[in-house]
Amino acid sequence: MIWSNAITSSPAKGDRFLFHVLRSFAGIAGILVVGILTFLVSESLPAFQQIGITAFVTDPSWHPTEGTYNLLPMFIGTMYATIGAVTLATPLGILTALFCQYYAPQAIASGYRAFIELLAGIPSVVYGLWGLVVLVPLIADLRPPGPSLFAGILILTIMIFPTVTLVSLSALQQVPKEYIQGATALGCTRWSMIRQIILPNTWPGILTGVTLQTGRAIGETMAILMVCGNVVQYPSSLFDPIRTLTANIALEMAYATDTHRASLFLTGLFLLTIVIVVIMSTQQARSNQAYG
Amino acid sequence: MISFVAQSLSVALLFLTLSACQDSPATSADNFKLVISGSSTIAPLVAEIGKRFESQHPGARVDVQTGGSSRGIADIRNGLADIGMASRALSPSEQHLHGTLLAHDGIGIIVHQSNPLVSLDSEDITNIYTGKVRNWRDMGGLDAPITVITKAEGRATLELFLQYFNLTSPQINAHVVIGDNEQGIKTVAGNPQAIAYVSIGTAEYDVAQEVPIKLLSLGDIPASLAEVQAGRFPLSRPLTLVTQTTPVGKIKTFIDFATSENMHDLVKRHYFVPRQG
Repeated sequence: MIWSNAITSSPAKGDRFLFHVLRSFAGIAGILVVGILTFLVSESLPAFQQIGITAFVTDPSWHPTEGTYNLLPMFIGTMYATIGAVTLATPLGILTALFCQYYAPQAIASGYRAFIELLAGIPSVVYGLWGLVVLVPLIADLRPPGPSLFAGILILTIMIFPTVTLVSLSALQQVPKEYIQGATALGCTRWSMIRQIILPNTWPGILTGVTLQTGRAIGETMAILMVCGNVVQYPSSLFDPIRTLTANIALEMAYATDTHRASLFLTGLFLLTIVIVVIMSTQQARSNQAYG
Repeated sequence: MISFVAQSLSVALLFLTLSACQDSPATSADNFKLVISGSSTIAPLVAEIGKRFESQHPGARVDVQTGGSSRGIADIRNGLADIGMASRALSPSEQHLHGTLLAHDGIGIIVHQSNPLVSLDSEDITNIYTGKVRNWRDMGGLDAPITVITKAEGRATLELFLQYFNLTSPQINAHVVIGDNEQGIKTVAGNPQAIAYVSIGTAEYDVAQEVPIKLLSLGDIPASLAEVQAGRFPLSRPLTLVTQTTPVGKIKTFIDFATSENMHDLVKRHYFVPRQG
C-alpha cells in the first residue's frame, strides 16, 4: 500500500524530469540540423555572391579553375544512379524479406537474416574497392571504359537492398497472427495471403525502408566515387561515366580554394535540399495512405 | 601501406623522443616566427615540415600561407614573407633572389602491363587526351579503344600536366576522373586499355609491388625517380624555397631542416621526389 502511494504521488516529478531530458535531447538534434544548414549556407555564400545562383544551372560545364560551375549534369547523374538503384533494390529487398519470413525453412531463415545484416554492415569503401577491382573490369570487357552509371547502379543496389529487407522484415513480423490464421482458415494460398493481406498491412513500414535506402543512395560517396568514372556529363547510355554531387565534393574538396571551395559547399547545400524533398514527399505519401 | 604507416609512425616517435631530449633551456629560450607563403602545391608539405620543426624548436612558429607561386615570389620581394614557395625554377628575371631546391614533382604516364607500347611522345599524349586519337591501333598498339583517365580539378598533378602539354582542362576528353594516385593506378590495373598520369614516386612503388601497370617513357627519356632527380625528365618541376639572399640565421636553420634527409619520408608521403644528396 505504502509503495503504491509513493508511486502515485511522485510520477509528476519523475515525468517532469524525463520530459526535460527528452526535450533537451530532441532540442540538440534539432539544433544540429539547423547548425549544419547555417554553416552550409554561410560557407556557400561567397559562391552566391561571386557567381550568382543562375550560373550553377546555365554555365556551359563544370570547370571551376576555368570559372564555369554547372551543377546540373551532376544532379542528373545523382538522380539516375539513385532512381536506378532504388528501382532494382526495392523489389529485391521486399522479395528477400518475404522469402525470409514466409518461404524459407526456419534454420535457413535465421542464417539468411544474419547474412543480410552483415551485408548492411559492410563499409561502403569495401564495396567501392570490390567494385573497382572486380565489377568495373568485368563491365570494361562488356562495354569499355568500365567505370559507368551501370557500375554505380549495381554497387548501390547491393549496398541499399539490405536496408529494405531488414526494415520490411520487422514490419512483416508485426502483422497480427490472427490475420495469418484467418487467411489460412479461409484456404488462401500463401501468395494470395501475402498479396491481399500482408503487403497492404505492412506498406507504411516498407515505405520507411524505401525512404531510408533512397537517402543512403543519394548520400553514398566512396563507392560511387570509385566506380562511376566521375566525368561531368549527361550520360547518353548506361555505360557512360557520370559524376554524382557527393563524388564532386569528395573529389575536389581537398584541393579547392576560394570560390571553388564555396561552390562545393553549395553542392552540399543542394544535396541537403534534395534529401529534404525526398523525406517530405514520402511522409506525404505515408500520411495519405494512413488517412486516405 | 601498413609498413609505410608503421615506418612513418616510428619516425614520428623518434622525433618526439629527440625533441624531448633537446628541450633544454638553451633552445626553448629563442622565440621566433617564420612566415612562409606561396604555391599551394608545396604548402601542405611545408606545413608538415613546419609542425615537425616547431616540435623540435620550442618557441618557433612556422606560419604557412598559400596564394600561388607568384605570390610567394612577390612576398619575398616586398619583404612580407621570410621564405617563398614556388613550384617552378626561378626565371631569369628573378635571379637576384635565392632559390633552394626542396624536392621534385614528377608525373609519369602509366598504362596496363599488357599494353605493348613502351613510349609516347608529347604529341601522342596531347592527341590522346584531347580525343583526337581514340584507338590504341593509331599509336601502334592493339585494336582497342583508349580509356583516358585524368585528375580532378584543383590537383597539382593536373596543373602540371596541363601546363606541360599547354592544354586547358575543358580541352581534355576523359572517360574517368580520379582523385588520388592510388585510385588511378587501381583503375589502370583493372583496365588493359587505360592510360593515366600519376606521381612517378607512387607509380614506381606500385610497379615494384608487382601491380600490373607500367610507366611509359616520355619520348626517349624513361620515367623514373632517378631521371627526375637528375633533372632530365621533362614532365617534372622543381619545388623551390625562395629567399631574398643566401639563407642565414633562423631561415637557414629552417631550410637546412626542410632539405635534410630526415624529411624524405614527408616528401614521399606527399608524392614528391626527394632531391639528391
